[in-house]
Amino acid sequence: MKKFQLGEFEEIVLLTIAVLYKEAYGVAIKKEIESRLSRNVSMGAMHTALGRLEEKGYIKSYEGETTEQRAGRPKKYFQITALGKKAMEYTKETRDQLWRAIPKIALK
Amino acid sequence: MKKNNPSPPALFLRFFRWYCDPKLMPYIEGDLLELYHERALTKGKRHADIKFIIDVLLLFRRGIIGPRKRNNYTKPKFMFSSYFKIGWRKLLRNKSYSLINIGGLAIGMTVAIFIGLWVYDELSFNRYHKNYDQIAQVWSGSTDPQTLEVGGAYSIQYPVGTTLKNNYPQYFKHVLMSRGVGDFTLTAGNEKTGKKGLFIESGALDMFSLKMLKGNYHSMDDPHSIVLSQSAAESIFGNEDPVNKRLQIDNQMEVTVTGVYEDMPRNNRFSEVQFFVPWSLYESATDFVKKRATDWDNRPFNIYVQLQPNTSFAAVNAAIKDLYKKNVPADFYSVIEKNKPFVQLIPMSTWHLYAEFKNGKPAAGRITFLWLFGIIGVFVLLLACINFINLSTARSEERAREVGVRKAIGSGKPQLMAQFLSESLLVVFFAFIFSIGLIFLFKNWFNELADKNIALPFTNPVFWMMALVFILLTGFMAGLYPAFYLSSFKAVKVLKGVVRSGRSALLPRKVLVVVQFTVSVVLIIGTLIIYKQVQYSRDRPIGYSRNGLITISMNDPGYNGKKEVLATELLNTGVVAGMAAASSPVTAIWNTTNGYDWEGKNPAMDAEFAICNITPAFGKTIGWQLVAGRDFLTALPTDTANSIIINEAAVKYMGLKDPVGKELIDLDSKGKFKWSKTIIGVVKDVVMESPYDPVRQTLYFYNRNSAYNQLHIRINPAVSAGVALAKIESTIKKIVPGTLFNYKFVDEEYALKFSQEERIGKLSGVFTILAIFISCLGIFGLASFVAAQRTKEIGIRKVLGASVANVWQMLSKDFVVLVFISCVIATPVGYFLMSNWLENFKYRTAIPWWLFLLTFAAAVVITILTVSYQALRAAMMNPVKSLRSE
Repeated sequence: MKKFQLGEFEEIVLLTIAVLYKEAYGVAIKKEIESRLSRNVSMGAMHTALGRLEEKGYIKSYEGETTEQRAGRPKKYFQITALGKKAMEYTKETRDQLWRAIPKIALK
Repeated sequence: MKKNNPSPPALFLRFFRWYCDPKLMPYIEGDLLELYHERALTKGKRHADIKFIIDVLLLFRRGIIGPRKRNNYTKPKFMFSSYFKIGWRKLLRNKSYSLINIGGLAIGMTVAIFIGLWVYDELSFNRYHKNYDQIAQVWSGSTDPQTLEVGGAYSIQYPVGTTLKNNYPQYFKHVLMSRGVGDFTLTAGNEKTGKKGLFIESGALDMFSLKMLKGNYHSMDDPHSIVLSQSAAESIFGNEDPVNKRLQIDNQMEVTVTGVYEDMPRNNRFSEVQFFVPWSLYESATDFVKKRATDWDNRPFNIYVQLQPNTSFAAVNAAIKDLYKKNVPADFYSVIEKNKPFVQLIPMSTWHLYAEFKNGKPAAGRITFLWLFGIIGVFVLLLACINFINLSTARSEERAREVGVRKAIGSGKPQLMAQFLSESLLVVFFAFIFSIGLIFLFKNWFNELADKNIALPFTNPVFWMMALVFILLTGFMAGLYPAFYLSSFKAVKVLKGVVRSGRSALLPRKVLVVVQFTVSVVLIIGTLIIYKQVQYSRDRPIGYSRNGLITISMNDPGYNGKKEVLATELLNTGVVAGMAAASSPVTAIWNTTNGYDWEGKNPAMDAEFAICNITPAFGKTIGWQLVAGRDFLTALPTDTANSIIINEAAVKYMGLKDPVGKELIDLDSKGKFKWSKTIIGVVKDVVMESPYDPVRQTLYFYNRNSAYNQLHIRINPAVSAGVALAKIESTIKKIVPGTLFNYKFVDEEYALKFSQEERIGKLSGVFTILAIFISCLGIFGLASFVAAQRTKEIGIRKVLGASVANVWQMLSKDFVVLVFISCVIATPVGYFLMSNWLENFKYRTAIPWWLFLLTFAAAVVITILTVSYQALRAAMMNPVKSLRSE
């Protein structure tokens, strides 16, 4: 049964937030994903994913500082919650289990 | 922020702000901007712009788009109460403007409401009957073989009714034979009263869905019954129960009261009827009717029908069209076949509004006036709205600062429009209350003028709905443009003090003033021409003298055989200058026939003549003028058998050179010789019918056997009418005891022929005066505004040496020019409309050019008078005073 629901893109975003730790806000997350995974991330897709993760309670947000470039608009930083951490671990665990279950011969 | 910072495409940023959830917006927008600037620095503005647009478009998805309603930041209720409060204060501050606005609107609304009620009354004519949609009257028509024109009448042959009943029962619920509404004398004991009654088959009570107060829908089944209207019952029997009381009709028919019905409302075809009597009684009491039962030639009757619910007028009309062809005996049908006779049903819904027939179909009639006055009502209301529009936009400078401050605080255009609309609604609401008051004041006067019985239906919820719609509609009509105009001021400009807008702002105001005066001038032209037409027909030579001439209807059988005695007795009283009898009063023609021949007649001619039977003294009594030959002579017995008098129209119609002594031959329906008579005299045309139509060719017979029912008496001019009438009455009562003395003055009867046109003339006169008044109110307000606005300028001009006359001329000129333009526009419009109207009359006046000049002069003079008060006041002001303030 699915205990924690987490889509592929959502998982990436969640992991990136963890990677960025205290610096996880919109543009930073986008750039991080783009540079590490060398794939394009649209603002739309990312913000929807962020919104959904927050709704599920995997991440929480707080308002941060602003810069001149943002024309006075504050940054919104994201942080992984305990539930989010569990979800990540659960996902990783299920993957590992599957990896372990693969007969050696299959990937030869 | 640095100046050279590039900025993202504003349109897409606005789009993003519009759709984005307000909770997310600042963060995402921040992200977007941050990325944008970075991209702009590294890859250039163009690239950044495109990326920005893509981002914004991709963000337009679920989860980012905010919930729909975002702007409910204020409770509108408080806002509206504030609008009304401010509107109220503005009204109080400018009392004179408010008065002009509310007064003008109130007058306009009063006119519109009166006209609305009138139109409603006309449209609800006959709707009292529940079977309104199924009732019709049978109409028989034929085609003139020469002109191919279809003509006809409601009067119809007896067998048509029988045929409809027997051969087409599937279509009809009721087929009712009837005779036209007539005057009868009802006798109860020794009391006699004249009442109008209708002989009709007994199904009428059910068909007309009368409200029976006594009796029921079968109350007329017995032939010797009578059903009275409530008012008739009360006037005859007072408070006694009328049921089972005996009555006598015209001293010959015995009837018993079996029912009483509630009076029909005034706007009803049968509201004049005061009693119904069964057709069967009429048939059994009158030989004349019995003889007609199989007569396909004479058509003295009326037939009313009610359809079965499952059929339609079109279907029934198609079915009964060839009724004559199928049912008329073949030998007679061959005679009338060339005229293609047919019957059709005329639905009740067209009786009143489409009473005029064109080519055999109900085409025109009062519906024309409905449109005419409906349009006048809308225009008068429009004039009042234009006042409101002009005054509000002209005074916009006063409100400009308020608009500026409101906009600076954060009011948007919609809020400002709501404010100004609510103000105009406030004004309209006050105007409505005023107009209700005015309607109460002038209701009776209007009813008299329009010959109506109109009241405000306060208990009817539909009326209140209509009132609300009316207020809203007027409010929007008056307030929409000012609201647009005022709310579109630019806050910055206005607060800096620049409001004076140029010519472009003045143009709509001028156009509206031109519209106002065009409407007014057209109305003036119309009214003048209506009056001129009535006056023209009134001054027409009528061919006899009306003064002191009365007619008495001798329907009472008591007159039979006593006419000679009556004549001698009346002449002996000395109050009578002359008397004669005729088959119809001198104000009407009741009979027309055709089928005559004479020497030199065009064989194709139908030869139709109006017929009047007279006694020899008739000509002398009414004072007609002989142009040739001689009058009938009592002493000459040959005159009854062989002589005939014709009018000038007949001479022209027959194409006779020297008419006296010529023979006129009558042919029967099969074209065989019946008799011939010699023309002994020609008289000047006597106007007996409509004064707007040419006089018809008329034959005057002196026929001893004819029914001379109409007594004409010329009162001796040396005696006063009151004394003479008393003497005449006592003489008649002595000779014919128990008869009702019912006389009519010919001049009054003749005046009735003008009543419709006079009524329209008076109504349109009143509306014209009101329209002019409203327009003048408007330019009065505008002039006072212009004068106030130019106070300083006038002061300076006066200091520099301008005279009062100069300033007056300067201020008046603008308005006079506008009115002049209106006159130029109104001339062709008025001419076109009124020459169309005059087409309705065969005897009509011309439209002279001086009438237009007169109208122009009047319009200009009225304008100058209106403007001058303000202009002179401004011009006479002491410049010291007007220049010192500031």
